[in-house]
Amino acid sequence: MIDEALAQRVLAEATKAGGSWAEIFVEDRRNTNAVLDDGKVEEMTSGRSRGAGIRVTFGETTGFAHTADLSEASLLQAAAAAGAVARQGGGGVKTVAFSPRSAPKPNDVAVLPETIGKAEKVALLQRANEAARSQGNAIVQVSAGYGDSRRRILVANTDGVWATDDQVRSLFRVSAVANGDTGMQTGYEANGFMIGWEFFDRIDVEEMGRNAANQALRKLMARPAPSGELPVVIKQGSGGVLFHEACGHGLEADLVSKGASVFKDRVGQQVASPLVTLIDTATMPDEWGSFTFDDEGHAAGRNTLIENGILTDYMWDHLRSRKLGHVQTGNGRRQSYQHLPMVRMTNTFVTAGATDPDSIVRDTDHGVYIAKLSGGQVNTATGDFVFGMSEAYLIENGEITHPLRDGNLIGNGPQVLMNIDVLGNDFAMGSPGMCGKDGQGVPVGDGQPTLRVPVGLSIGGTAS
Amino acid sequence: MSDILAMAQRVADQAKPGEQIEAMVSTGRRTTVRAYQGEVEELTSAGSAGIGIRVVRDGRQGFAYAGSLDADVIAETLAEARDNVQFAEVDEFNGLALPDGVTPVDLDLYREELVCFDPQRKVELALELERLTLSVDPRVKGVRVASFSDTVGEGAVATSTGLAASGRGTFCYVSVSPLADDGDKTQIGYGFDVSRDPNLLDLGKAAREAVERTVRMIGATKPASRKLTVVLTAEVAADFFAIIGSMLGGDVVVKGRSPFADRLGDVIASPKVSLLDDPTNPLSFGADAVDGEGLATRRNVLIDSGRLNAFVHNSYTARRMNTVSTGSAVRGYSSTPSVGCMAMAIAPGTISTPDLYKFVGDGILVQSVSGLHSGVNPISGDFSVGVEGVMIRGGELGEAVREATIASTLQRMLLDITAVSSEVEWLPGGDAAAPIAISDISLSGA
Repeated sequence: MIDEALAQRVLAEATKAGGSWAEIFVEDRRNTNAVLDDGKVEEMTSGRSRGAGIRVTFGETTGFAHTADLSEASLLQAAAAAGAVARQGGGGVKTVAFSPRSAPKPNDVAVLPETIGKAEKVALLQRANEAARSQGNAIVQVSAGYGDSRRRILVANTDGVWATDDQVRSLFRVSAVANGDTGMQTGYEANGFMIGWEFFDRIDVEEMGRNAANQALRKLMARPAPSGELPVVIKQGSGGVLFHEACGHGLEADLVSKGASVFKDRVGQQVASPLVTLIDTATMPDEWGSFTFDDEGHAAGRNTLIENGILTDYMWDHLRSRKLGHVQTGNGRRQSYQHLPMVRMTNTFVTAGATDPDSIVRDTDHGVYIAKLSGGQVNTATGDFVFGMSEAYLIENGEITHPLRDGNLIGNGPQVLMNIDVLGNDFAMGSPGMCGKDGQGVPVGDGQPTLRVPVGLSIGGTAS
Repeated sequence: MSDILAMAQRVADQAKPGEQIEAMVSTGRRTTVRAYQGEVEELTSAGSAGIGIRVVRDGRQGFAYAGSLDADVIAETLAEARDNVQFAEVDEFNGLALPDGVTPVDLDLYREELVCFDPQRKVELALELERLTLSVDPRVKGVRVASFSDTVGEGAVATSTGLAASGRGTFCYVSVSPLADDGDKTQIGYGFDVSRDPNLLDLGKAAREAVERTVRMIGATKPASRKLTVVLTAEVAADFFAIIGSMLGGDVVVKGRSPFADRLGDVIASPKVSLLDDPTNPLSFGADAVDGEGLATRRNVLIDSGRLNAFVHNSYTARRMNTVSTGSAVRGYSSTPSVGCMAMAIAPGTISTPDLYKFVGDGILVQSVSGLHSGVNPISGDFSVGVEGVMIRGGELGEAVREATIASTLQRMLLDITAVSSEVEWLPGGDAAAPIAISDISLSGA
């Protein structure tokens, strides 16, 4: 990418005007995407993006500039632009000695996707399409997508950090539309991991096609969802987004330090049911939100956020940890070299409990069972959050019965966490997610055991 | 000819016999200033550029893009796009746009005032916005962020089929998120103003509206579930109509993913609703004289007094439906042209917003929604979103409510619109909207 001597010259230029700390982040990303829709492979796309972002701090101020041109002249120009935030001169030229960092990789990549022919990638789409359409004439439309990306990064800063990472991700998704007497319904299935082409030894694209189709077909019989509060049971691996929204964002130190989180000043206090232990870690082998180094050059961590219901810590990035004298947790992430890093989640999950998941449904007289969620959103200041259900059923007399139409659920994070009354002894990670914050998207994972929220969640349907 | 148009043309000119090539080039410079507690928290200034190349040959399409305009990268991108052609399947409707004789309107979307604007003044605007916001109401205890951002952008499309067009524009934006505290709960809101010329930004409006939205939520409680009439603010109405607009795109129509696919000419909305998409209107922040394929944009009437009048098309969806492109190809350099509305506007109603509240009598004013991506299904039409707002009691704004959802279907909501305010506002996303009232919505709370 760039060599040490050039990085040293760039950081010297960045701090020349008096900046106290500087960083260069270099990124080289290639990706391949192929889309099948309406029965045809529509297109294959190749993307390339390469550049560097340079960040300089001066007191509480951060200056930032980026360039797609990795020539020395362009990098020095960006360094000077970022460094101009320093309002007093006299920094002088500092020379940094880098110490290369090493950390264990969460997993190895067996087969780089770039070594596989495009025709093989396209063939997967056709197999998924045919499998989905074979589920019945009511399946009127199918779309399938293949994606792989390789993102190589280098982070160097005036603290002497020198870290590189090579992040390979593979993704496959299928969506299906079924048409029936009451209109159209949709099904969706996605898998994604931080691995290479060996991904397809692990997943069956035809099964994914069948699953998406059958989800849409089942929903043709769906009734309007209820309106108002009911007990909610969430299937293992489908509802990690509940924790991502209910408390994950509220535990990001940048929001906490500005008073924009309902969890501010709560460390050491009980914030959840004693059943709940919540962990965020980028060290999980193969998982979608994993990496070796974060986008500030800090090694991936395994951070316990809530232990047996007690809030143990927030998530941190360079700026906030330095300001408040806290240890780095490896949560500084950015969408690309064109973005400043901020505190982000990685893979966030609740550990398993002790109860047989089937008995959780049996012990619920009347409620809603959610088999698949579709993302969510939170107001971190109030803690109010929504999450969507894309496959859900009524529970009547302890049995899963009628499918329900799509909708959002709403609750208040701190209340819902306290209300969780049972966790299953099962556990699964969920679908690959893309988490958005302040206009930046980063890949995240989530997971949980089957669980129940007996009160405090309102179902946003139309049936009284 | 602009430099980037010449660059796009040079790529298009490399088309071999039997091959079509389209190149889209865009460049931009942006500045962002974020102020916090009287200091500059972040100052970003950066340029970016990219190229997307589409190749069509024998009914197959290939595409590649790169975030760089270096000659070697452009050559590699063209080679990748050509290579990708062989992996797509034949589709007789594939092909680039062809000249259609419609002349692009002359739009002046570029303001030298922004290009020349002193960087120090940008910093001062962000700091001043924070100060102003803190001074409006003593219940505002802090500001999460006050920011100024601007973009100077230029884009060009050239095709081997004879289209070549370029355009440039300026855009600047201030926004602020106040935090208000009543001792129990912290409330957060937002306010903004937007312009092409930084001298015309109204910081007072941004601060006032941000504070109004935030302090009115103090003491908000969870309402009881029931059916009622909902009033959407102009911003929320724009979110709603953006979803409707996406359901009228030729892509979802030809692929059978729109519940309105077979409804052309039918009444799909209340007679009070007329909706158009007009990127030739310079008042819109989504205005553009040409679309993503190089065709002139035009004024398209989507819904005329409740009747579905037209879908929007790019050249592919138009060919498939045996009609003509409406100049509605939308894209960035990193994707092929899709179909979309750029500057949707609802026709103004006949009553003021305060009169709209009186007309409604009892209901809820929704000032923000959440979960638009997770609880709205534009294929089935199911609509369910989280809301914050204030109750309307006897035609006046009453107590604040939160932690609730509203739900219906998109098809029913269009028919259930009972009133449109006359107070239409152009919004940062490019759309113009006004407050609207929709009856018979399920409110889910306690």
